[in-house]
Amino acid sequence: MASFLQNTVSALQFGSFYALIALGYSMVYGVLMLFNFAHGDIFMTGAYIGFFISTGLVALAATGFLPLPGWALLALVILLSMLATSLVGVLVERVGYRPLRNAPRASAAVTGLMIGIILETGNLALLGAGRKSFPELIKTTTYVIAGVNITNTRIMIVALSILLMIGLNFFIRRTKYGMAMRAMAYDFAVVPLMGVSIDTIAAMTFAIGSGLAAAAGIFYGIAYPVLDPYMGVIVGWKAFVAAILGGRGSIPGAALAGFLMGFIEIFVAAIFPSTVRDLIAFSIIMLILTFRPNGFFGEPYSAQLRL
Amino acid sequence: MAMQSQNKRSRFGWLGSAFGQVPTLGWLFGMLLSALIEHAVGYRLALGVGLSSIPPIFGVTVIFATPLLIPNALLYVVLIYVLPVAGLALVSARWTNKICAWMLGAPMISQLVHLALFYVDLQLWASVGDYRALLAKLILIAIIVTLSLNVVNGYMGEFSCSHPGFMALGAYGASVVTVLLFTPNNILGTTLLPNSAALAPFVFPLALIFGGLVASLGAVLVAVPSFRTRGDYLAIISLAFTFVVKSLIENLEVFRGARGFMGMPNVASLPVVFFWTVLSVWIINNFVRSTLGKALNAVRDDEIAANAMSVDTSRTKMTAFLFSAFWAGLAGGLLAHVVQYINPSSFGILKLSEVLAEVYLGGLNSVVGSIAGAVGLNVLMEALRPLEVLKWIVIPVLLILVMIFRPTGLIAFKEFNPIDLIQPRSKSTGEVEHAAAAD
Repeated sequence: MASFLQNTVSALQFGSFYALIALGYSMVYGVLMLFNFAHGDIFMTGAYIGFFISTGLVALAATGFLPLPGWALLALVILLSMLATSLVGVLVERVGYRPLRNAPRASAAVTGLMIGIILETGNLALLGAGRKSFPELIKTTTYVIAGVNITNTRIMIVALSILLMIGLNFFIRRTKYGMAMRAMAYDFAVVPLMGVSIDTIAAMTFAIGSGLAAAAGIFYGIAYPVLDPYMGVIVGWKAFVAAILGGRGSIPGAALAGFLMGFIEIFVAAIFPSTVRDLIAFSIIMLILTFRPNGFFGEPYSAQLRL
Repeated sequence: MAMQSQNKRSRFGWLGSAFGQVPTLGWLFGMLLSALIEHAVGYRLALGVGLSSIPPIFGVTVIFATPLLIPNALLYVVLIYVLPVAGLALVSARWTNKICAWMLGAPMISQLVHLALFYVDLQLWASVGDYRALLAKLILIAIIVTLSLNVVNGYMGEFSCSHPGFMALGAYGASVVTVLLFTPNNILGTTLLPNSAALAPFVFPLALIFGGLVASLGAVLVAVPSFRTRGDYLAIISLAFTFVVKSLIENLEVFRGARGFMGMPNVASLPVVFFWTVLSVWIINNFVRSTLGKALNAVRDDEIAANAMSVDTSRTKMTAFLFSAFWAGLAGGLLAHVVQYINPSSFGILKLSEVLAEVYLGGLNSVVGSIAGAVGLNVLMEALRPLEVLKWIVIPVLLILVMIFRPTGLIAFKEFNPIDLIQPRSKSTGEVEHAAAAD
């Protein structure tokens, strides 16, 4: 029982990474009908930006310039990285996806893959192949509750992720821009007729998605402090699969499916040898998608007659 | 103004029409002469021109490695390649046209003669050095893979990410057969056919076909879900398939997992690889020009209308996936035996990006485009090799530019009729002259 709870805690943490990244995928798909294959690498970029900002702030604090306590530094790091990575996301949208808005979707998908490669290689070229380690901003203290070891960082990660998701939900449901995004997801062609600029909303969608991915990157850096340029590949692709599982374009679906993916992975790793973890996780996904191809919350498959 | 442009056209226009009168046979003879000259005096000429050795691929590697030597390399290219090829082609145009017209009576024989001559050219060119031979084999294998992916992505309009998985299945399938039979191996035990290494070249085709069939079997896992979904979900399922195959191989100790599998016999020589490439181009071209190929296009353009027009969409999709997977598996088997070492990580996302780049760069729905894309991307990668890691920034940027300005690729939707290649060209107009007895 204790190990089950332990695994649940790990799964919640892992799931929150997948959920945050999957939200980015789902939002972009819902609003723009395109899969941003570069999103995993934006997650990686967010982690690295977080690394640089936090090293910088730690150095500043050491010189006595900004003597803030650890958690304040962390909050600053998260905010600044989310901002910076949003800009990266907007740049990616402007350069890579806007010219292809009317092109066949496969071309946009290929472009996304290529942008991902550019981000990875750029990182490799600029920073070298050595791995960076995320500086420790808060001292980790472990609490033991009911025989389960929970660190404060884990609690913080899960709590902050859920907070971000609630914030996102508020934004989508209660603000004008959120309404514009929902309108674009509902009926793309009519939105400009209502006086809403597609370019603005698209940029905003990418910005929010990238910001969430950056948060996920920083949390990942806190949990597993070693960063390498290809970390976005595995985590990003699994989150992508989670987004599809939740139903493309569905935000609650993406969040739930992200957590589900975390659970599947952790419990499969607990029961089976760890090398087959990916194999079984992906096989389960393939099975679910074969029988429910639209994911859990996606719209049912309806054939479209083109007249 | 009009008079001036007319004069300009007539000043150089004769060159264009002169070259237009050269049939493919003329170019092939020209290439033969060029290859022979290179064998005879190539090395001395390279030294004389100021290069340290014969430039491997027409001097493109010089562009980034030693840019100062570009004029020297250009001189070499002009002397060894451009002048002999163009010269012999022009001079012999009259005779090669006559030969072409005479051979037109038996088009199949004519095509075989052209192919044989092309093979001789390729072999002579490649035998100058090991690097060229390896590059030629890798490009030929890339042609097979690109063609097979084009069948699904271009002709059927899906977005399938499963081809690295098919290649992996074919590579391991074929390797298991040859290693089992011919190489003593501490995992698989001693060879089943001891002391019979001489049989290896004859068993190799069977091993390749076995690899292809294993890949086709795997393709069923991707094809069945594709009946109910299209586009985006198929991309996910095929991606999951690739990951599953990769993980599966990593976990099977009989294949030594992630450490890689080696020990294949050295049976994939250039003639063998060339033969399989020609076979694949021929069969795939016939497939896409047949009724089944048109059914693929129909499913792409409007699945519901195709269904209404009595096209069995499920059967079409299944056939396309199995067919495409077979050739991808075959190419994987060839690759395994050319490189003589395979490991699961070489069939992952990077391989996927590479094959997608080849297809989308070359052109969707076109055999010529696939060949051009495969050759082009591989030559580009070799040319950019001196840039090391920056290579993987230049190539994606190039591909993004192609996607923005020509979203379907450079040479898309172009039909390929081999009969056009063996036609003699008419003297007066430089047009391709279709003899009455053609086809």
